[in-house]
Amino acid sequence: MAQNRARPLSPHLTIWKWGANMAASIIHRVTGTGMATVGVLVLTWWLVAAATGQESYDYFLSWAAHPLGKVVLIGLSWAFFQHLSSGLRHFVLDVGAGYELNTNRFWARATFVFGVVMTAALWGYLLFVKG
Amino acid sequence: MGTGTGLGRVRGLGSAKHGGAHWVLHRMTAVGNLLLLPWLLVSLVRLPTYDYTTVTTWLAQPMAAVPMMLLVISVFWHFRIGLQVVIEDYVHEEGTKFASLTALTFYTLGTGAFALFAIAKIALTGTPN
Repeated sequence: MAQNRARPLSPHLTIWKWGANMAASIIHRVTGTGMATVGVLVLTWWLVAAATGQESYDYFLSWAAHPLGKVVLIGLSWAFFQHLSSGLRHFVLDVGAGYELNTNRFWARATFVFGVVMTAALWGYLLFVKG
Repeated sequence: MGTGTGLGRVRGLGSAKHGGAHWVLHRMTAVGNLLLLPWLLVSLVRLPTYDYTTVTTWLAQPMAAVPMMLLVISVFWHFRIGLQVVIEDYVHEEGTKFASLTALTFYTLGTGAFALFAIAKIALTGTPN
């Protein structure tokens, strides 16, 4: 059977017009995948370093304190808050609520606001209040 | 599969009856994460410093070690299910899909075993002081 190879196949990541709700959906997957890879490796490294001894733990800390390490940790915390808020949104959608166009768009946007505000609050406290 | 009767044509094409359990477990572990990750975040924020002694002394307590072990189980189980869905959606070739899912399982169990062993070691061997 002749098939036009240029036809887009699902899932369509490149041909859709970006909207708040589809962005929330794809960012949910991106943040989940990011935490499952980078986040899990950092968490496991932290625990294993602490179980191994002072020297390994200090080596972990030297990376955590490095500007590059900070960027990774801030990124992971944003991924966490973003995934958390859009995960809560998923619970609402799971029971069949919140599908009206305006409501759906409003809560999709709200997940992004929550993610950014919580990340800023956490690191504002850690870096400037706690020191 | 038969070709004659209507029943013969559709037999074996239905769902495996496993999709629902998978979906529910994803939500159940999400609720677990919802309880345990804010606990970890608040606990870490409340620690005075993040040096070796402070962190291991904190993690050696039963009230920290046990929730931390539960957290590893809940979080790792949740991401195992989530990444499986992502792989099944984007990897279409059967061989690559099987290899990806196998790698995902090994990765989950491997990192999970290291994480749980590390927590157990810190909790059971006590603290330096």
